[in-house]
Amino acid sequence: MINIIGAGLAGLSAALELAERGIPCRLVSVQRSERAQSVLAEGGINAALDTMNEHDSPEEHFADTMRGGCFLADPNAVAGLTYGAPGVLRRLQALGVPFGLNEKGILLRNFGGQKKKRTAYAKSSTGKILMSALIDEVRKYESRGLVNRAPHHELIRLIIREGRCQGAYVRDCYTGLCAEFPGEVILACGGLNGLFPSRTTGTTQNTADAAAELFSRGVHFGNLEMIQYHPTTVGIPGKRLLITEAARGEGGRLWIKRKGSPWYFMEEKYPELGNLMPRDVVAREMFFVRRREDTEGEVMLDMTALPDEVWKTRLSDLRENIASQLGIDLRREPAAVREGIHYFMGGIDTDEKHRTNIPGLFAAGECCCLYHGANRLGGNSMLGAIYGGHTAAVTAAESYVPAGSEEIRFSPPDEEIIEARPEFNEALAEILSEGLGIVRSEKELDGAIRKARALEAKCPREKNRLALGLAMLMSAKERRESRGAHYREDFPDTDESLRRQTVTVSENGEPKIGFRPIPERRGQDAVHS
Amino acid sequence: MQFILEIERRRSAADKPYTLTAVYEGDGSATVALALTELNADSSRRDINGAPFEPIRWECSCLQKKCGACAMVISGRPMLACDAKLEAVAKRGKITVAPLKKFPPVADLIVDREPVFKALAEARLWLENSGSVPAENTDIAFEASRCLQCGCCLEVCPNFWAGGDFFGMSAAVPMTRLLAAADSAERGELSAQYRKHVYNGCGKSLACRNICPAGIDADRLLANSNAAALWKRRFGSGKK
Repeated sequence: MINIIGAGLAGLSAALELAERGIPCRLVSVQRSERAQSVLAEGGINAALDTMNEHDSPEEHFADTMRGGCFLADPNAVAGLTYGAPGVLRRLQALGVPFGLNEKGILLRNFGGQKKKRTAYAKSSTGKILMSALIDEVRKYESRGLVNRAPHHELIRLIIREGRCQGAYVRDCYTGLCAEFPGEVILACGGLNGLFPSRTTGTTQNTADAAAELFSRGVHFGNLEMIQYHPTTVGIPGKRLLITEAARGEGGRLWIKRKGSPWYFMEEKYPELGNLMPRDVVAREMFFVRRREDTEGEVMLDMTALPDEVWKTRLSDLRENIASQLGIDLRREPAAVREGIHYFMGGIDTDEKHRTNIPGLFAAGECCCLYHGANRLGGNSMLGAIYGGHTAAVTAAESYVPAGSEEIRFSPPDEEIIEARPEFNEALAEILSEGLGIVRSEKELDGAIRKARALEAKCPREKNRLALGLAMLMSAKERRESRGAHYREDFPDTDESLRRQTVTVSENGEPKIGFRPIPERRGQDAVHS
Repeated sequence: MQFILEIERRRSAADKPYTLTAVYEGDGSATVALALTELNADSSRRDINGAPFEPIRWECSCLQKKCGACAMVISGRPMLACDAKLEAVAKRGKITVAPLKKFPPVADLIVDREPVFKALAEARLWLENSGSVPAENTDIAFEASRCLQCGCCLEVCPNFWAGGDFFGMSAAVPMTRLLAAADSAERGELSAQYRKHVYNGCGKSLACRNICPAGIDADRLLANSNAAALWKRRFGSGKK
């Protein structure tokens, strides 16, 4: 049986693909799919369906994704993604996803970094709506015994024998008992939010414990310095609340007060895409305009001029959500917004077929570094998760050999499990935030690395988590240029010799940073559509 | 501000429940979720009598009312801890916090909501054939895709118990999406499931009205599903 760790979009997508091939899997998650971070995704999912009379094409989607990611993503993987996207959307529609429709098919909206309307949506609850359909579909295969849920179980460690991943050692969170789940493993365990508790738009379930464990076990990571700050977030108890990019896609504008009146800085500086520049650019500009001496107060997201029709048909849920969370009616007043950590482009290093460096181990979704390079375009995350989960499952299926009967026995843990300590996590998060802000410098990074080392000396039990944190800081230090989400005040230009992916490897617990060239794109005929 | 939290705890399913009384100092706009997080994060935490206590076990995930993980009974009402502002749920400075009662206890505020998911499987909530939501059903299917499966509506329902034949609103809602998307061949089977597990058992107490943390309009969905599943009318004819 193949083990899938994580039951969000990537995990469900992988489970479906395996089940349709008749291959049984276990779907392991700390909580049910309904609680996965995927349900928080709001604005939409990209595919060049060309239903808006704009002559869009997967090739243009490819070009925008590569450009948005500042050419750090594998072009062959990205071509697979963008050419596969229309098929993903048609599949979702056939599962009964209530996308907005027009006479040509699925309605699309504008999203950042893309000149054409390419983002399919269900108001601003797209993630939840997709998840509901996929959960129902997976339930069908649960009833046939092909998908077997372990719905309150967490990964403790991988079982790697003879250089090959042969299973997962998991704990039942309810009983505390552990068991070996034999078989290959597809990781779909989400982004590294847990390294930044209360500072991200993600869920508390993405603790980064799994990633830290994997790193210590020799799994390679890539582009760890690439952290996406979403331009429009607001602090609420325990986290950053996201206001979807669709707010700007549907006409919302950003301004800051300068000399007493609103200054639409994005529109002035970037007349073509304006407020819909890629997220890294918008976030950075917000940071800089706030720092100027001639501006005052916060950057405001202003949606007061949006027509009633847009509020009613496309953003009603956003308005209700913000009203209940913040007490602000976005129809009538702008909201003060700040950049907040939203997505990790970096993660487990895989090839375009989602294979990690360890045979028998695959990764998909936000935990893996593949499609988004130095900056992810809005609307590409859910696509990457679904397409990636599918691709990982296809690859895993190629080498799958059915095992005999598997006896799963739960018993007390075979060694002490190091539990997360909130005060340690907070101390590490403070250090990481110091080094990995929107604007970075060698001095700050060196300072943060020093502090992390000092923390390491004080907290030897947490060495895995510290090593992953250090790997992030060191990746950011080694990339002495500015590219996408990684902006270095001391190296503000892009250095073409660094158009390479960072690869981070743990050697005896110590992170080592290297760079790998980006593969050349193969001919068009090789693209699977 | 100071709030007194009376938290119903138990070590495990086999243990008897007991009450922990703890003091939380914080802003009134803080939520029960934040209070639990901060109490747990304080390594020198003490109860109201100065005795140390173990971290309180509870489930949470999104902290913004979109995942349903943190459903519990707060000051007598099932709700999400991340949606329970202290000043709104406190009665004379006191807040009671207890696990949902309709599901098997696990530990402290955690219950095992697997009966909810077993019911969805028993009601065969999926599409056998390829479906699609026609434009006129988009709105209702959207609304019906929003259920958090948190269990709040089941907690107040006089007709639902875990293991019974009536599956409650948490099955009726996703069923509505499937009815909106299914082809005519499949709608018959779904309708039969709907009749058996929703319509027949619902006592129309309306207890589930206004309890849904996601704000799902139960009346509207039921009216539409009744029209489609029972009276063989099209969606929208039961529009409220």
